[in-house]
Amino acid sequence: MAKKVSVRNLCKDFGALGVLKGIDLDVEEGEVICIIGPSGSGKSTFLRCLNMLEKPTSGEVYVDSFLLTDKKANIDLIRRNIGMVFQQFNLFPHLTVRKNIMLAPTDTKTLTKRQAEEKALQLLARVGLSDKADVYPRQLSGGQQQRVAIARALAMNPDIMLFDEPTSALDPEMIGEVLSVMKELANEGMTMVIVTHEMGFARDVSDRVIFMEDGVIVEEGTPEEVFVNTKEERTRQFLGMIL
Amino acid sequence: MNILSGMARVLKEALPLLIQGMLTTVQITIVSLAIAVFIGLFTCLAGMSSVRPLALLAKGYIGLIRGTPLLVQTFFVYFGIPQLIQSFGLDFRLSAYSAGVVALCLNAGAYIAEIFRGGIQAVDPGQMEAARSLGLSKGRAMLKVILPQALRISIPSLVNQTIITLKDTSIISVISLADIVYQAKIYIGRTMESFATWTVVGIFYLIFVSILTFISNHIERKMDYGKKS
Repeated sequence: MAKKVSVRNLCKDFGALGVLKGIDLDVEEGEVICIIGPSGSGKSTFLRCLNMLEKPTSGEVYVDSFLLTDKKANIDLIRRNIGMVFQQFNLFPHLTVRKNIMLAPTDTKTLTKRQAEEKALQLLARVGLSDKADVYPRQLSGGQQQRVAIARALAMNPDIMLFDEPTSALDPEMIGEVLSVMKELANEGMTMVIVTHEMGFARDVSDRVIFMEDGVIVEEGTPEEVFVNTKEERTRQFLGMIL
Repeated sequence: MNILSGMARVLKEALPLLIQGMLTTVQITIVSLAIAVFIGLFTCLAGMSSVRPLALLAKGYIGLIRGTPLLVQTFFVYFGIPQLIQSFGLDFRLSAYSAGVVALCLNAGAYIAEIFRGGIQAVDPGQMEAARSLGLSKGRAMLKVILPQALRISIPSLVNQTIITLKDTSIISVISLADIVYQAKIYIGRTMESFATWTVVGIFYLIFVSILTFISNHIERKMDYGKKS
């Protein structure tokens, strides 16, 4: 299998504070990776370095063999291939659901307006929100908003999807609907990197689970290896606290 | 009773003059503000840009305008600048109208720049991140995602600035621009009907400010992005 993402010795400092202290990771095509760990462990910062929303202090990030950390890299072009879903949804409140999804494909001239519209409706059907095309984001529940955000990210036909705690801002009864959309994506073979606190979900869909603490990867392996045959004491402590 | 008959006299004699003056006032306001919005937008973007000289220029301009009274700015534009240019041996004159528009739009432009800056900074940073993560460049994200939201946030302050500019045109009457205040002063000079004339002038301003307030409330309701339904 081809490598979609390669990270080499990635470091990120915020001032004097070291948040990421040398991360190495390879993500294979079609692989689903869940990153777990306590808050402040650097999981979100790491994810945001994968599409340069956060500029690494040092180290290398390759996506599809493009070196993102290169100053000359056309980051806008590479980002079209990397979808991202945020904890706070970040839908565009001044646009209807349909226009939210159509904005990027039309503005980057990836699709014509008609194609983008077709694509938007098709994606809305896929996330179960066909009847919501013409409402504004604030008229939707949190779970619905997050499903629209997933549809919006998919509109650019990315082959990697990054999820930054996609269910952490949701009421408990809405978590399931978002996770099931993500699960479908995973089953269709999408390459996914997911920062999550949903351990059941991580165990269910991941090919690999990564436990991060204090800016380093403490332990990684299959869900079974990490959750059942835990090797590291710190991982065991963390799992003991939340499970 | 003198006051009442004075009012009747002003309404009969001076009304056409005052209406004409008010039209000039409104016209100058509209022209100045239309230009000021562009000045404000560019100044705001320049001020927030990472190009240092551009940012400094914008900050200097805003500081200059905020640090001096409009009356001084008006005199400077009308008398000062032509003299400066003439001192180089060039023939240059500004009409009172042009000078008035230049002074007002430079003045309002600086304040509008600050209004826009506040609006842009009030938009959730997550909006820029979401737009960039989809592959939009910084400029396109600004244009399609940030500015529309910033504009919506800025509307109350923009209307406020419109009202201020509408009233500030009265200062321009000092360079004998025939606005409503200028017309009123001429008429009073002839007839001594101060109370009645200034009352009518005040009512004119009130009417226009009320209309502006009404329009702005309407726009705000229109742009609520589904808040009510």
